[in-house]
Amino acid sequence: MANIAQASREETASPLQHGLREAFYAGIIAFGLFFLFIGLKTDQNISNELVLVPRWGLLTIVVGLVMLGRFLYVAYAQPFMARQKIVDVASGLLPDSVATRFFRLPYFIGALVVAAVLLLFAGSLDGIFGSGLAGYLRFFRALAIIYALASVLFYFRAFIHNHFSALGVGVLIAYPIVVVLILALLTGSMAGGFQGSLKWVDNFGIQILIYVMLAWGLNIVVGLAGLLDLGYVAFYAVGAYAYALLATQLGWSFWILLPVAGIMAAFWGVILGFPVLRLRGDYLAIVTLAFGEIIRLVLINWREVTNGAAGISGIPKVSFFGLMSFNVSDPNYIAKVLGIAQSGAYYKIFLYYLILGLALLTAFVTIRLRRMPVGRAWEALREDEIACRSLGINTTTTKLTAFATGAMFGGFAGSFFAARQGFVSPESFVFLESAIILAIVVLGGMGSLVGIAVAAAVMIGGTEILREMEFLKHVFGPDFTPELYRMLLFGMAMVIVMLWKPRGFVGSREPTAFLHERKAVSSSFTKEGHG
Amino acid sequence: MTAKTLLDIKGVETYYGNIRALSGVDVAVNEGEIVALIGANGAGKSTLMMTIFGTPRARRGTITFAGTDITDMPTHEIARLRIAQSPEGRRIFPRMTVMENLQMGASLDNLKYYDEDVEKVFTLFPRLKERIGQRGGTLSGGEQQMLSIGRALMARPKLLLLDEPSLGLAPLIVKQIFDAIRELNRTQGLTVFLVEQNAFGALKLATRGYVMVNGVVTMSGTGKDLLADPEVRAAYLEGGRH
Ligand SMILES: Nc1ncnc2c1ncn2[C@@H]1O[C@H](COP(=O)(O)OP(=O)(O)OP(=O)(O)O)[C@@H](O)[C@H]1O
Ligand SMILES: [Mg+2]
Repeated sequence: MANIAQASREETASPLQHGLREAFYAGIIAFGLFFLFIGLKTDQNISNELVLVPRWGLLTIVVGLVMLGRFLYVAYAQPFMARQKIVDVASGLLPDSVATRFFRLPYFIGALVVAAVLLLFAGSLDGIFGSGLAGYLRFFRALAIIYALASVLFYFRAFIHNHFSALGVGVLIAYPIVVVLILALLTGSMAGGFQGSLKWVDNFGIQILIYVMLAWGLNIVVGLAGLLDLGYVAFYAVGAYAYALLATQLGWSFWILLPVAGIMAAFWGVILGFPVLRLRGDYLAIVTLAFGEIIRLVLINWREVTNGAAGISGIPKVSFFGLMSFNVSDPNYIAKVLGIAQSGAYYKIFLYYLILGLALLTAFVTIRLRRMPVGRAWEALREDEIACRSLGINTTTTKLTAFATGAMFGGFAGSFFAARQGFVSPESFVFLESAIILAIVVLGGMGSLVGIAVAAAVMIGGTEILREMEFLKHVFGPDFTPELYRMLLFGMAMVIVMLWKPRGFVGSREPTAFLHERKAVSSSFTKEGHG
Repeated sequence: MTAKTLLDIKGVETYYGNIRALSGVDVAVNEGEIVALIGANGAGKSTLMMTIFGTPRARRGTITFAGTDITDMPTHEIARLRIAQSPEGRRIFPRMTVMENLQMGASLDNLKYYDEDVEKVFTLFPRLKERIGQRGGTLSGGEQQMLSIGRALMARPKLLLLDEPSLGLAPLIVKQIFDAIRELNRTQGLTVFLVEQNAFGALKLATRGYVMVNGVVTMSGTGKDLLADPEVRAAYLEGGRH
């Protein structure tokens, strides 16, 4: 609105004046917004009374930053972008002209040198600079490494773009090995490598892959069949509890219970599917949302079976296909069998490959199904239900198979989750989880496996990285816990991505070779405009 | 004409909620015929087309196709009896390519004719062949119409329902499509039931025609008779193209 109103004055105002004016408006808005959020804080004093603590300093800083940001954006960034004649290149990351300025060989070498020097003195940073400055340096080092990696990606962007899936799978397979080897080099011992890899393999690798798998599963329902499901976490819960209960009560192994959990989740997918067959869009969303909550409430209240809110603990670990165990006390403990040093990292690495396999299975099945009549029917259903029916497609079974298939993968992921945590409680299956999974699917571009995987890595990896940002404590004080801000950042990232790419990272649908197609389809035709 | 009745619609009443859109329609389409249905906007022509497919369902009356009562049959089963439709509003799949749209039309139980049928559609509409990999939603209106008809033909239908096939098409293409319908009818014995606003063209093409007013059929006869009828001329032809 403001932009339109000012359009007429624009000719006369220089970018600088324009920037100052916009900064002023932004300052007023920011002040209005943050006055209560940041300017005032409720707290308890020593006698447990509620008191209002003003934080004028912080408020001034935030408003000032907003003004400065707006000023720089309007006065410099906007004209710059306009001059650049922005062309969205195939890589889609940045307009080419901007990117080539940003990634230059001297900068790349500089970043490498900085990273290498800081890595070399990693151990003595605290001693030389004190812990405060060392924190900043470590952050700086991370930036340098990220920049160097991004430069490499940028340089090889055409190659990466063409071989993305193969490269992606290759990187994922090599990831734990590379992490262990690098850490082993840095610490000088193999044991140190394994020990240090825990965080990277578990917090980043497994965590991200669980969400990749869940999002790929939900993608079948939402992305392909176009059925908006806000209660997907229910199937995750069914899978988790199926494994947790049957494994603790009957002592069955993970490898038997994995398919059982999948089948049970699929069964519940059909149960949900029946009542919602006639619903679409918003109505469907509300019913599925309710379904997710019902399952969670049942888990909380059916204490005799689920142990209520306290959850189920002592869930057995997965065995190495029944051959080796990951319990230190077992006679066939992996370290004893193989004659290597004890370490908790083996189990994590094994779990990493397990979830990687499960996620790839999900992708493989999705790709195969899309080429078969049922997958094609899902996509047609998303486009036009009435047309589907008059082409002889049974929309009832089509919807039910979509719900069941999506739910089955949710169930697989759930049983994996239970095995990994060793503990499940209803708290893990709140609506927020469904929302995050759905957000990943939407961000990635509905229907695109690659886009979704990237979205999961960015979103989940990004929030995990926040835990690492210790240096922020020096800025905001020792009470600052960056994790608390992850949802805020998650939301901000979503808004930015949606503004920048309204259809998600990979917005165009890949046509499938369904029946023997004799004509190679020219890819220039298949790219869709933004709309 | 003693040909077998392929589609028999008897006393069909269809409602949208409490609004009666069809109030007792009787229409018969014989094997090998081209039957045209004409009528003013809102007369209920598209409703009749959709009622044949069971969406919406007829509240009274019966619809019989090749001896089978299809009044209460699920829509997808009706389609599998080889009735194909190019519906009002085209209803192609916008995010799928031209090729994929055609594949959706192919009847899955009879894939051995698939290549042959695709080729036929492309000879009929060379335009579609040029745009084989383009998204349905980005086609021009006329191209979408061609795709919709092409998709219906992919099912190797015994009965083809066309709801305003000439909508949005250039006169030359309309002529092409009418010629194509006549050709399919003559060489393959395809039975066609079409709704048209272009009454002149449709009645000239058709073996027989029906006129619908406010949800009831008021007149029927051979295409020639209807074309000559003064009432029909007054209501649907005068001032139009001759
Ligand atoms: N989904 C609906 N809900 C309520 N009323 C409807 C619906 N669809 C159609 N109608 C009404 O039913 C009547 C018949 O509509 P129909 O679409 O069959 O007309 P038509 O003969 O095909 O007209 P046109 O030549 O303009 O396509 C109209 O009065 C219309 O308003
Ligand atoms: Mg109509």
